[in-house]
Amino acid sequence: MEIEEYRIASSNEVDAAEALRISSLKEASQQPIPDPDRWLEEEIGRNVLVTTVDYVLDWARSRSIFPLMFGLACCAFEMISTATSRFDISRFGMDIFRWSPRQADLMIVAGTLTWKMAPAVKLVYDQMAEPKWVIAMGACAISGGTFRESYSVVPGVNRIIPVDVYVPGCPPRPEGLIYAITKIHQKICKESIKRA
Amino acid sequence: MTAALNGEEVAKKIAEVVPGSVAAADKVTVVVSSKSLYQVAEFLKNTLGLDFDYLNDLTAVDYLDYFEVVYHLTSLKHNHSLVLKTRCYEREKPIVSSVVSLWRAADFQEREVYDLMGITFEGHPNLKRLLLWEGFAGHPLRRDYL
Repeated sequence: MEIEEYRIASSNEVDAAEALRISSLKEASQQPIPDPDRWLEEEIGRNVLVTTVDYVLDWARSRSIFPLMFGLACCAFEMISTATSRFDISRFGMDIFRWSPRQADLMIVAGTLTWKMAPAVKLVYDQMAEPKWVIAMGACAISGGTFRESYSVVPGVNRIIPVDVYVPGCPPRPEGLIYAITKIHQKICKESIKRA
Repeated sequence: MTAALNGEEVAKKIAEVVPGSVAAADKVTVVVSSKSLYQVAEFLKNTLGLDFDYLNDLTAVDYLDYFEVVYHLTSLKHNHSLVLKTRCYEREKPIVSSVVSLWRAADFQEREVYDLMGITFEGHPNLKRLLLWEGFAGHPLRRDYL
């Protein structure tokens, strides 16, 4: 029996729209977004009046960050175990992992990001309200990790969104993630309401 | 334990019903030609005594001379299993019959094989890319990709 005809499904609109989103995002993210790391060098020259308000506001913000649950792959397990009772991040005020980006201010991208998922990451990041911070957790989120040359992996989350703190490791230990969170606290404490 | 049926004996039974289809037979495997795949699969599913009603897995391998599509079949009634393979010698347009009408599990598996290897399954109701996005150029798991 000769197989003459075969039929590949004709493209429908949903698939075509998704493909357009992905390929346009891939075109637009050829260079990594520069990291917002000016807080590391700058002097704290604030005037006296604002300082106390700043201090209290930054202290309050940093001690009650709501993280966004954004575990993509294996690093998510380490993030979850940081939230369990042994490496408790509830003691930092972060015990509620928010599922909705509108209610969160810290996005911990844990795991490998693929090009197919990348528009979703951008959408979720855009939906978060200012001020917002991003932690890139694990080798795959920092630079693509082991899978950097793959046809489907984004070489580092900083192609899509700006990242504040990078946590190396495969996967990083929960203590490593907690150190990253204390770095975020330091970053927040250097912000001032004049600039926010 | 699921017993693995002896491929050579099954090959004899197949050769009686669908002559000229068996290309090779091993202790656990039966290799058939891609033109007679659907008839052999139907025979394996519907015969009493063989009754392969469960498709465990459907994958493909790229040996550079040919593609080989591998089917892992199990019979829940008799608790035996078999490996069915078929070879495709066309490199440019490999076409194999789809077994979706026999085992529904083949639906997504065949879409994955089409997506990553480029083997077209004739008779599949919805053959489009599954894991990669639609305009992706090429089939990444081929040996000569990249």
